[in-house]
Amino acid sequence: MSKDLFNQTEALIFDKSRPGHKAYFLPEMSIEKLDKNKVIPSHLIRKTEADLPEVSEIDVVRHFTHLSNKNFGVDTGFYPLGSCTMKYNPKLNENTARLPGFSWLHPYQPVETIQGALQLMYLTQLSLAEITGMDKVTLQPAAGAHGELAGIKIIKAYHDSRGDTKRTKIIVPDSAHGTNPATATMAGFQVIEIKSSSEGDIDLDALKAVVGDDTAGFMLTNPSTLGLFERNIKQIAEIIHGAGGLLYYDGANTNAIMGITRPGDMGFDVVHVNLHKTFSTPHGGGGPGSGPVGVKEFLAKFLPIPTVEYVAYKDKYILNYDIPESIGRMKSFYGNFAVIVRAYTYIRALGADGLKMSSEYAVLNANYLKKLVGKHLAVEAPERFCMHEFICTPKNIHETGVHTLDIAKRMIDYGYHPPTIYFPLIVEEAMMIEPTETEGIETLKEFAEVVAAIVNECRTDAEIVKTAPHTTYLRRLDEVKAAREPNLRYRRPVVE
Amino acid sequence: MNYIPVTELEKEEMLKEIGINSIDELFRDIPEDLKFKGELKLPKGLSEYETRKALIKMAAKNTDMNQLANYMGAGAYNHYVPTLVDHLLSRSEFYTAYTPYQPEISQGTLQSIYEFQTIVCELFGMDVSNASVYDGATAVAEAMVMACDKKKTEIILSKGLHKEYSETVETYANGMGFTVKYAELDEGITPVEAFEAQATDATAAYVVMYPNFYGCIEDIQKIADAAHARKALLIVSVSDLSSMGILEAPGNLGADIVCGDGMPFAGPLSFSGPSIGLIATTDKLIRKLPGRIVGITEDLEGKRAFVLTMQAREQHIRREKASSNICSNQALYALANNITLSTLGKYGLKEMAENTLTNAHYCRDKLLEIDGIEMLYDQPFYSEFALKLPIPARVLQKHLLKHEILGPVDMGIFDEELSNIGLFFVSEIRSKDDMDRLAVAVEVIINEQRFI
Ligand SMILES: Cc1ncc(COP(=O)(O)O)c(C=O)c1O
Repeated sequence: MSKDLFNQTEALIFDKSRPGHKAYFLPEMSIEKLDKNKVIPSHLIRKTEADLPEVSEIDVVRHFTHLSNKNFGVDTGFYPLGSCTMKYNPKLNENTARLPGFSWLHPYQPVETIQGALQLMYLTQLSLAEITGMDKVTLQPAAGAHGELAGIKIIKAYHDSRGDTKRTKIIVPDSAHGTNPATATMAGFQVIEIKSSSEGDIDLDALKAVVGDDTAGFMLTNPSTLGLFERNIKQIAEIIHGAGGLLYYDGANTNAIMGITRPGDMGFDVVHVNLHKTFSTPHGGGGPGSGPVGVKEFLAKFLPIPTVEYVAYKDKYILNYDIPESIGRMKSFYGNFAVIVRAYTYIRALGADGLKMSSEYAVLNANYLKKLVGKHLAVEAPERFCMHEFICTPKNIHETGVHTLDIAKRMIDYGYHPPTIYFPLIVEEAMMIEPTETEGIETLKEFAEVVAAIVNECRTDAEIVKTAPHTTYLRRLDEVKAAREPNLRYRRPVVE
Repeated sequence: MNYIPVTELEKEEMLKEIGINSIDELFRDIPEDLKFKGELKLPKGLSEYETRKALIKMAAKNTDMNQLANYMGAGAYNHYVPTLVDHLLSRSEFYTAYTPYQPEISQGTLQSIYEFQTIVCELFGMDVSNASVYDGATAVAEAMVMACDKKKTEIILSKGLHKEYSETVETYANGMGFTVKYAELDEGITPVEAFEAQATDATAAYVVMYPNFYGCIEDIQKIADAAHARKALLIVSVSDLSSMGILEAPGNLGADIVCGDGMPFAGPLSFSGPSIGLIATTDKLIRKLPGRIVGITEDLEGKRAFVLTMQAREQHIRREKASSNICSNQALYALANNITLSTLGKYGLKEMAENTLTNAHYCRDKLLEIDGIEMLYDQPFYSEFALKLPIPARVLQKHLLKHEILGPVDMGIFDEELSNIGLFFVSEIRSKDDMDRLAVAVEVIINEQRFI
């Protein structure tokens, strides 16, 4: 981040517009321009152009370069954003996604001309099925939440296909990510929230109390959003299956378990994984992601159309639309293909041993950091080993009046991206730290030292923490004002 | 290979700090019989060089449309995207960042989304937009969710909506308890009567594509008036986004929610992988918008700043009562749309649209000169038109490939009865030579095939 550029307001691209400037050159026309009035009814012709900027190429390049200078990415520094698996995004993947044979494909090209693309998708499906212990995978969902929706709809289709229409409830633990209950509602279910223990374990008695013949399914994140492996997973699976419900796995935390344990073997019927977390594809400042869904064989007939299949006797890959009991289509075309190419590249490069090693080191790094951070802040479940992430809180220094938000903001001053804060909701003042396997010991030590320094500041000079950040151009934005007086778009001032 | 920067010695140091001897001990919470034994059945890992080679080989099995003259559209429209777009997208400060939760260090993403929201509103003639949804099809599905409520549970889709969009809307509707009905086309466009024939007091919205799936330009003003007279909303799904350089903005014709797909301005089509759903609406419906919205505010010192705002609609706050379950969207391609449309600017988009209109009409006229080819519908069109062919579109398509031509889209893949219909898409990047070459090739193929 270049300091000078970071420390100034960047004018909006619209304010940089100056009449007559242009940054584009379209192919010369050798046909006489058609008079649009002759072919389009006049009331359907645009009267005023969209107010887009008039700028030169250098203006565009500088504008967006300046904006990039105001951003912090994994390449900038340590980004321990829990639940988001901000691991390094390999540059190789960026190159393979841009190979012309992948990037310059139209979705309706004849199937003979896209065999490589379909093969890549097919192999990605197989790989994800193997990693998660499921039988069949669709790559169509565009993100985790979209995968959840597909998965919960599959559960609904299953019950409906058996005429079992009284199953109207989805059980979700109170530690779940917000997308879980929101998804269940979008799929038409009533959400039953159950409490989890302070360690994030499912309370088996609470679970038994709510399951019944109206239970359609249970959505579980394992390792939990507290970063702990659900020790009672087998009993949970028995309780849910015993009641005739199905078990849904939110795979946001798959980075802890590759090659170590598999949701399919734990008893889950439907799984989604996030390629933009576990499989190293970049998050792009909020997407595109990709949320493939895996199911057990008995649910395969409900997968969204189309699926990618291999027809062995023809040695040919095809798109299969003929799935009569499919939940339907989740989006146009086939999924976020460019993301899938990146994830496949990652899986291919790492192989079985590399993936397993990634999970092992993700868990090693998390436990090591938990140990170091635990010397300064309160950690949840101190006696247990965490998986790929852990939760800490400023409970131990609550007399200083410093909150999690303050500590997070102060971390920015020290050059770190803060962890996820105030999630999961069941832990007050939660700070969720996920280092990932792509960080080295030096970074972890330095981060722990920063935590120590901040905690020391809390005790000696709490104000400096409560008013952080101090080094950034902007400090503590007024979110209330933003919501009360919404200004969500630019409008060019009218000149008299 | 792997991306783990920890040496054996460092690992030992870490294990010692934790107080254990091996990494395996960290997994003691996992019941023994659930531990995966052996190795995952995946190919052995490769070096970076070998991986790249393997992927290059796989990519080479595809025919890259760059080497062909493309006439396929149908929801995936290839327009000119400036070279600088990918360079700027490739700045890792953008692409390796998460959703901008910490505004002090995310102003780049936030300001870009604000600019993007402005551009979408300008294109569509609407008041507010968001940071994007997944694609054009889910945008319509989300618009349905915005329009429907406990009393208004029905939505009427024009048969001119992209088939895959309709299917997506049906998937979303099913389960939420919404009913999807269809308004039939007449000569390629949706007459107001077709909507009215289906409408009831429970009708929440009419949905129409602009231009529609057959390329025809619908009169959305009439449909808006009819919808409003019924106290229903009009949802417009813009097909080829570049048409907004020439067609009246749906907002100016009465649309309440406007959707679209920013794929044409995101970069190469990537097998449709860089879809990005656009959705915009009126101030009135602002609290029903799904997903992330960026707004302007001030910091402590009164400096202008951008933040995620109006979050009380969203899943992380409202949970089961949220306006949508969407969390991650297609942010990087929103940035791409911002960059492309800023580069084209006011007059570039207009020129692109006018050139597209000119080329599409030239190409249509050329093809109509061929004996046996007719227009499917004689309606105003922009970049796409459907032709009745004397041979199956699939056959034409296959033979055109030998002439290094891609297209047209075979409408038979959507409806068997349409297997003789080819949907041609023509944009500003096609030269007169290209199109003349297409006409010659089509004529040759038809003459060969007709008598087989
Ligand atoms: C536990 C969990 N579930 C679901 C999601 C939603 O994933 P996405 O943002 O890809 O929709 C997330 C992402 O933050 C998550 O952490």
